[in-house]
Amino acid sequence: MYPGVGLWSIRFHETIGPMVSFPIDTEGGPQVVLELIYRLKVKDVMKRDVITASASSSLRDIQLSMRDRGITGVPIVDGDRLLGIVSIGDVIQALDGGWIHELAADRMSTAIIVLEDDMPLSFAITYFNRYGYRRFPVLDKNASLVGIVTAADVLRALLIEMNREVEKLEEGLAGRAAAARDAAAPAAAGDAGGAGLTMSFVSRRFDFENAGKASAELKKALRGLGVDAASIRRAAIVSYELEMNQVIHSDGGVMEFSVAPGSVRIVARDEGPGIADVEAALTEGFSTANEWIRSLGFGAGLGLPNAKRSSDRFELSSSAGAGTTVLAVITYQERS
Amino acid sequence: MKVSDLSTRLGFEAICAPAGDADVTDGYASDLLSDVMAKAGDGSVLITIQAHKNTVAVASLIGIPAVIICNDRPVPSDMIEAAEAEGVALLRTPKTQFEVAGTLYPELRG
Repeated sequence: MYPGVGLWSIRFHETIGPMVSFPIDTEGGPQVVLELIYRLKVKDVMKRDVITASASSSLRDIQLSMRDRGITGVPIVDGDRLLGIVSIGDVIQALDGGWIHELAADRMSTAIIVLEDDMPLSFAITYFNRYGYRRFPVLDKNASLVGIVTAADVLRALLIEMNREVEKLEEGLAGRAAAARDAAAPAAAGDAGGAGLTMSFVSRRFDFENAGKASAELKKALRGLGVDAASIRRAAIVSYELEMNQVIHSDGGVMEFSVAPGSVRIVARDEGPGIADVEAALTEGFSTANEWIRSLGFGAGLGLPNAKRSSDRFELSSSAGAGTTVLAVITYQERS
Repeated sequence: MKVSDLSTRLGFEAICAPAGDADVTDGYASDLLSDVMAKAGDGSVLITIQAHKNTVAVASLIGIPAVIICNDRPVPSDMIEAAEAEGVALLRTPKTQFEVAGTLYPELRG
């Protein structure tokens, strides 16, 4: 998913210890899980308080440190530079082989696989699955040791985040059920309908992190169907503008796409707070966005007019206090 | 011209150079992303100061192969990750949008 990343060194260290495997598909898993393992960074889950030792420590010192602290791996450092690592496997071998009194410098593993603090959590999961080590030292951009990640750290972070995501999903489902109940939605009977593909994405207020993903998926689907480039572009513009409107102005909403052979139907539905003056909202240059949203390059009062201009059919129903529903249909220009 | 010309020939600092050297056929200078969405043509290089990952999303959706970040604005790592994932080139320069547009105009429209 991240082609071309190769900024960090990949080296090898101890191979003793049971393989830790995370049954998580980092490329094709459920969208919610993918979102969180790409949103979370290694630095969000790592332990920052790393217990280290110097190269002049004996393996015996390190063994005692492991016992006292209940840890299974000790990075060997010079200041904040990582020199090597001594694992509990190395200590067991030293006890067996009779070199427990020797220096870490002579017995540590010096070829180490490291993570970078800015990498997405997906990398840590991939590394655990790929290399089978039980811990990875974490370096920052300047190659300073800033943390260490164990499988337990990853599991704890995943559980906490998955709980949050499930809560959000439950809220979203309740909201959609409510919306469906009072949906005399004027737009509900579609033109595009039929046997096509339907997709639905939840958007959240001020979630600029994930904004645009629904549109990217729509674009992918249309491309897969061989829809002409100009129509894909129009659909992407409509979808992105409506998606951004939900992120910027609504309390969260749902983007629904019905992709049919001759056209695509986009329904953007949110749960409020609604648009007080619909006519003004459709006027170029009119905006209610605040300063920081404008500083990101949004909120210039171009979004809805853009979306309308790029649609073949565009219906907006909203009122202050209630939600907003937009139906947009893009009819393909040509089949290729 | 090619995306690689932006760094090798015109001296912009390449921050993310995806595989597959795309063609650049035109340019567009704007800091309003909705304006970029509406007006920037397919194959245009985007000249902007908007250094965040939403710029990459917009570029990817409308077929912009390269984004030049002006005024040496810091480029956050999640923007670079997004650009790598989407195959959008990122470049940076101390020049202003006006100066960059001036540099590219004879190349693309001259």
